[in-house]
Amino acid sequence: MTTDRIYLDYSASTPVDGRVLEAMLPYFQQHFGNPSSIHRFGQRAEGAVESSREQMAAALNCQPHEIVFTSCGSESDNLALRGAALAARQQRGANHILISPVEHHAVARTAEQLAEVFGFEVERLPVDEYGRVSPQEVARRLRPDTAVVSIIHANNEIGTLNPIAEIGALCRQRGIPLHTDAVQSGAHFPLDVAALNVDLLSLGAHKFYGPKGVGALYVREGTPLLPTQTGGSQELGRRAGTQNVPYIVGMATAFALVQQEHAERAAHERALRDRIIGRVLEEIPAARLTGHPEERLPNHASFVFRGVDGNQLLILLDAAGFACSSGSACKTGNPEPSEVLTAIGLPRAWALGSLRVTVGKDTRPEEVERFLDALPELVEKARLHNGEHGESP
Amino acid sequence: MSGGVDSSVAAALLKEQGYNVIGMMLRLWSEPGRESENRCCTLDSMSLARRIAARLDIPFYAVDARQVFRQTVVEAFIDGYTQGITPNPCLVCNRKIRWGFLLEQALALGADYLATGHYARLRTAQSEATGETAPVQLLKGRDEGKDQSYVLHVLNQRQLRRALFPVGEYTKEEVRQMARDFNLPVASRADSQDLCFLGEGTYAEFLERNAPAVKRPGPILNTRGEVIGEHRGLAFYTIGQRRGLGIAAAEPLYVKEKDLARNALVVAPRAELGSQTLLAAEVNWIRGEAPPAPFRAEVKIRYKARPAWATVTPLPENRVRVQFDQPLRDITPGQAAVFYQGEVCLGGGLIQQP
Repeated sequence: MTTDRIYLDYSASTPVDGRVLEAMLPYFQQHFGNPSSIHRFGQRAEGAVESSREQMAAALNCQPHEIVFTSCGSESDNLALRGAALAARQQRGANHILISPVEHHAVARTAEQLAEVFGFEVERLPVDEYGRVSPQEVARRLRPDTAVVSIIHANNEIGTLNPIAEIGALCRQRGIPLHTDAVQSGAHFPLDVAALNVDLLSLGAHKFYGPKGVGALYVREGTPLLPTQTGGSQELGRRAGTQNVPYIVGMATAFALVQQEHAERAAHERALRDRIIGRVLEEIPAARLTGHPEERLPNHASFVFRGVDGNQLLILLDAAGFACSSGSACKTGNPEPSEVLTAIGLPRAWALGSLRVTVGKDTRPEEVERFLDALPELVEKARLHNGEHGESP
Repeated sequence: MSGGVDSSVAAALLKEQGYNVIGMMLRLWSEPGRESENRCCTLDSMSLARRIAARLDIPFYAVDARQVFRQTVVEAFIDGYTQGITPNPCLVCNRKIRWGFLLEQALALGADYLATGHYARLRTAQSEATGETAPVQLLKGRDEGKDQSYVLHVLNQRQLRRALFPVGEYTKEEVRQMARDFNLPVASRADSQDLCFLGEGTYAEFLERNAPAVKRPGPILNTRGEVIGEHRGLAFYTIGQRRGLGIAAAEPLYVKEKDLARNALVVAPRAELGSQTLLAAEVNWIRGEAPPAPFRAEVKIRYKARPAWATVTPLPENRVRVQFDQPLRDITPGQAAVFYQGEVCLGGGLIQQP
C-alpha cells in the first residue's frame, strides 16, 4: 500500500484551509455564547454570525438578510425546493415543479417526495449530450401553476455548467422562482445572484476549503418560502435552531477567500484538468470525456471507459494510492449506471465505467503526472476483469 | 468481511501478524424487497464492517456480486430443486463467488492471499529432498463443532495456495474473547446456519415465489409401489423427513427416496430406511488427483452430519463409490459427501441419485 496518497477528489470534499481553521477556533471556547442570548456572550456570537452573513452577501452581491445559514448544501436544496413549492401551493395553488434530469439527489429526491407525498406534478427537462438544459425548453414548459424551477448550476458528476442567467431571466418574466444548486460552482466562480437572475441558490462550505456541516441558502427578498425546520425565530424565521457559530465563521472566511483567489486557483486547476483530459483521451482506448468540453468546472475531468467496472477501477486506484470518484460519493458498490449518465444518453456498457478526477488549489503537477502514468494499466485491468466471473483455471 | 465476529477477528489477527490487510465485503443477492433480511450483507452489516475496518485502520471495499451470485448460486439452487435434488448453494458460492469472483478481485488489487473467517486450517509440507512444495492440505478447524472444511472441500490447489484461515486455529469461544480483547464492535447475532438469501423465510416459501414449476404434485408410494397419498412437489421434502407427509399409518413413515422419473415420493417405516452405499460425482480431490486405490475414510454426507466410516473407491470420470460400514438414513442427492482421514480433508463430491 502506498503511503503518500494522492487526492484527486476535490469535488467530493476539500481540506479546511489553515486560515479558515484559525478564524473558527475562537468561537469554540472563547466566544461560545448563543447568538440569541441577550448578554455580552450572546452578542459576541451574534456579531460573528452577522458579520459572516455580511461577508457572504457581499460575495454574492445580495443583502445580508437574504442569506439563510443551514447545515449543508443538501439542506439548502431541501429548504429551497420544499419551502418554495409548499409556499407557492399555499399562496397561489401552484402544483407543478420543473427540474432537470441531472440534479443532485438532494434536489431530485426532494422533488420525488413532493410528488409522492404532496401530490406535486414533477416534470423533467430534456438535456443535450453534455447534460445542459436549454433555456427554450424551460420557456416552453413554464406554466402559471409552476411552483418552482430547479436547475443545477454545475453538475457534480460531469462538471457541465448550465446557462442559469438566461433561464433565470425567463422565469423572472413569468414570476416563477428559480433555484440553482451552486454547491460545485460556488467553489470556483464568483457568483453574482443578481446577474444570475436566481431567487434561491444553495452553497456548501466543504467544497471550498471550509468545514463540513455548514451551508447557506440565498433567498431573494420577496420569494415565498415555507420553513421546513420550525422552532425558534433564528434566520428570520426561515430556519430554526441555534446557529453553528464557528462553522458559519469558517464558511464565510472560506467563501471570502474564493472571491480573492478564484482567478489564480482556476488558472492552476484548469491547466491540470486540461492535461488530464488530454492524456486520458490520447492514451486510453475506448475512453470518452463526459460533460461539456469547455463549459465545465475548471477543476473537473470526467470520463467513461467502455466495458470497465467503474467501482473496481476506483478500488484499484485506491489500492495504488489515488483517490478518485465515479461521480458521486457512494460506497455500496452499486453497479447501476448513474441517472446523470443515463440522461445524457450513454449506453450501459459505457455508463458503468465512469471516473471523475477533480483537482484542487494545492494539487501539484507531478501528482497529476503520476496518476496519469498509472491510470492506463488500471483501466485495462478493470476492463479485462469485468465479466470474467467464471471458475478460476 | 461481513461485520461478524469470525471475519473481523481474522482481519485483526492478520493485521497483528504484520500483514498488509485490505478488507473486502461481498454484496450478495437478495430477493427484491427483502434486502434487509439478508443474513450476511445488509447495509447495516456493511456499515458495521466499515467501522471494524476503521478500527483496524485498514482499507475497506464493498464488491458488488449480486448479479454473478444470482446467475450462479441462486440459479443452481433453483435448478437443483426443479430437478428434484437438494442442492447445497454454499458449495457453489464458495467455489464460484468467494474463491472465484472475490479471489480474482483480490488478486487484481495486488493481494497475495485471500483470508476468510472459516473454521478450517491449511498445512503445507515442504519436501526437503526435492525442494518442491507438496500439495497444500486442508484440515478441519481446531474447533470440531464449528469445523467448516465441509464447504471448503471444493477448493483446488491454486485457490488453497492463496487462502488463509486465521481463526481455524481457535475455538469459537476463543474467537469471541479475541473480539472483545481487540475491542471490535462486532455483531452479536447468532451464527448463520441458513442460506443468506432466504432471509427470514424458508426455502419452500422462496421456491414457491421464484420457481413455481416445483409445485408439481405427484403420488406418495410405499416400498411396494402402492399409492398411499399425494405430495405437493418433490422439492418440498427431504430424505429422512417424517413430519408433514399427511399420511395416517400404523407406524411412522419417513421419506426414503424421490423417484424423479415418476415424480413420486417413496416413504417407508424407519426399519426400511437407509442405504449403505452412495455414488458421488464431480469429485474434487484436495491434492489435485484421485488416490490410486480404494481407501478407508470417515465420510460426512451433510455439513452437520456425524462422520461415518466407509470405504471409498475412486472411479473413472471424477466419481467415487462410498461403501459405509453401517447404513445411513439420510443420504441426500445434491448434498456433498466429504472424505476425511483424521483431521485431513481429502476432498468430496456431489451425491448422485441412486
